[in-house]
Amino acid sequence: MTAVPESNSLTASHDTAASPSPAPADRRRWVPYLLSLPALALFAVLLLVPLAMTALLSLNSFGFYTGIQDVWQFGNYLEIFSDSYFHEVFLRTFRIAFLVTLICAVIGAPEAYILRRMRSPWRGICLLIVLGPLLISVVSRTLGWALLLGSTGLINQGLMAIGVISTPIEFMYTETGVVIALTHVLVPFMVLSVWASLQRLDPQIENAALSLGAKPFTVLRRVVLPQIIPGILSGSIIVFALAASAFATPAIIGGRRLKVAATLAYDEFLNTLNWPLGAAVAILLLIANIVIIVGCNRLIERRYKQVFE
Amino acid sequence: MNRNSPLALVFHVLFLGFLLAPILIVCAVAFTPEGYLSLPTNGVSLRWFYAIGDNPEFVRAFRDSLLLGALSSTVAVAFSIPAALAIARHQFPGREVMTALFLSPLMVPHIVLGIAFLRFFTQIGLGGTFTGLVLSHVVIIIPFALRLILASSTGMDRSIENAAASLGASSFTTFRRVTLPLILPGVASGWVLAFINSFDEVTMTVFIASPETTTLPVRLFLYIQDNIDPLVAAVSAALIFMTVAAMLVLDRLYGLERLLVGRGQE
Repeated sequence: MTAVPESNSLTASHDTAASPSPAPADRRRWVPYLLSLPALALFAVLLLVPLAMTALLSLNSFGFYTGIQDVWQFGNYLEIFSDSYFHEVFLRTFRIAFLVTLICAVIGAPEAYILRRMRSPWRGICLLIVLGPLLISVVSRTLGWALLLGSTGLINQGLMAIGVISTPIEFMYTETGVVIALTHVLVPFMVLSVWASLQRLDPQIENAALSLGAKPFTVLRRVVLPQIIPGILSGSIIVFALAASAFATPAIIGGRRLKVAATLAYDEFLNTLNWPLGAAVAILLLIANIVIIVGCNRLIERRYKQVFE
Repeated sequence: MNRNSPLALVFHVLFLGFLLAPILIVCAVAFTPEGYLSLPTNGVSLRWFYAIGDNPEFVRAFRDSLLLGALSSTVAVAFSIPAALAIARHQFPGREVMTALFLSPLMVPHIVLGIAFLRFFTQIGLGGTFTGLVLSHVVIIIPFALRLILASSTGMDRSIENAAASLGASSFTTFRRVTLPLILPGVASGWVLAFINSFDEVTMTVFIASPETTTLPVRLFLYIQDNIDPLVAAVSAALIFMTVAAMLVLDRLYGLERLLVGRGQE
């Protein structure tokens, strides 16, 4: 998984071919549709149909003895909206996602800035270390945290050896543990996003501010920060969306009892076998995700129009 | 030249330590000579790496993952090339919508896609099959392939193609002999990024894989949910070593920053 696409910058117009005569020009009109037809057909059958079927499934009902009933009703959604158990799960999901986003912004943005100020060989090496984990399987990385955070894990052993604590702190199966591991999984996206916005920043502006007598902290606050805020915000959208729908990390670190929305849907599908309810949870997660991504993107683009141009 | 303050460097070292700690601990534990989870303080041993060979389900899952990654990224690239050429070089009604559609799997949580594909494949009789795995992986990795191919075909000089056409080359010959070689770097790196994303995918695959056809990350995930032992550390460490090797090759060939940041954002 990599960053959310910057579709605007990728689709810049490059249609330079001029048509010599009207007849081929008429035929040319169909060329782009013919070229993209295979992919369009694939997406219609393999993305839109399955998603539509899931939406319909979420309206069906389920009984322990009757199985999935082919009826149309909003019972599953009403159950999710009225049952305090589901409130708790969704609230926990968004609480974790919010904390992870906040921590990623607080540590990821300064790291991107420090990386940019590094010298040539070190910069490349450090960037490789920061971005490399994105390519390593999430399961392997989460396993590392399970080894570190366990009651006999390295962190607890270290803290007890230096005498900070006398009994091990329980990180496993807690929200703290999930937040730590998810921050590790997602912080490269924040660095990447801030890094991209730093590329547009001219170092001479900082030097100008310094030569005019500004203190380094003032330069950071008044010159650098305003210019990288769009990067921090678009990084936050990516991190929040991925954290809210994360599955493997909360499943391993949170265990079976500390449920988030994604592990709840998984359980309804593969353990309780209540597919309609699981589908309703998934549809709600999808809607929340799209509203957050599209809504925030619009907001940022409107607010920071001048920075993007 | 602006320099980082000592405080900033301390922060930087802590940050790198945070990123590396879980990865290093997995690699360290994998070398333990003991029969339980521990750091290799009494010498190192490869016994848990040999133990992978005694667990055919891991070996089979690894083989299936490689095959799945190779097949689905090849299919994804084949679908992406014409679509990318259409988007990069033509102005037509519906172009923005189409681009958004092709990139939309990035916005849909993989848990939702897993559920959608589980429902879809069981309805049409593809549940738990390898074909189902390939089809679903093609959909989720097309955005990665498409973005890199789009980036390489957007900046292309069209006059060479026009020259080939005016010299009498058919449009297929022009594509094969002129266009394809020119966008090949984008195609190759798109394939690699697609492969990596297919190989690492776990959230969606856990829904549609069956015990007979499963991938290595899914096998590892299900194993870890039951118990954590040095064997999974060894499998993870082997995966990490392979990823690092692939990463270094990729960095030399294409530049990791360019691959991940994307040319469109520079």
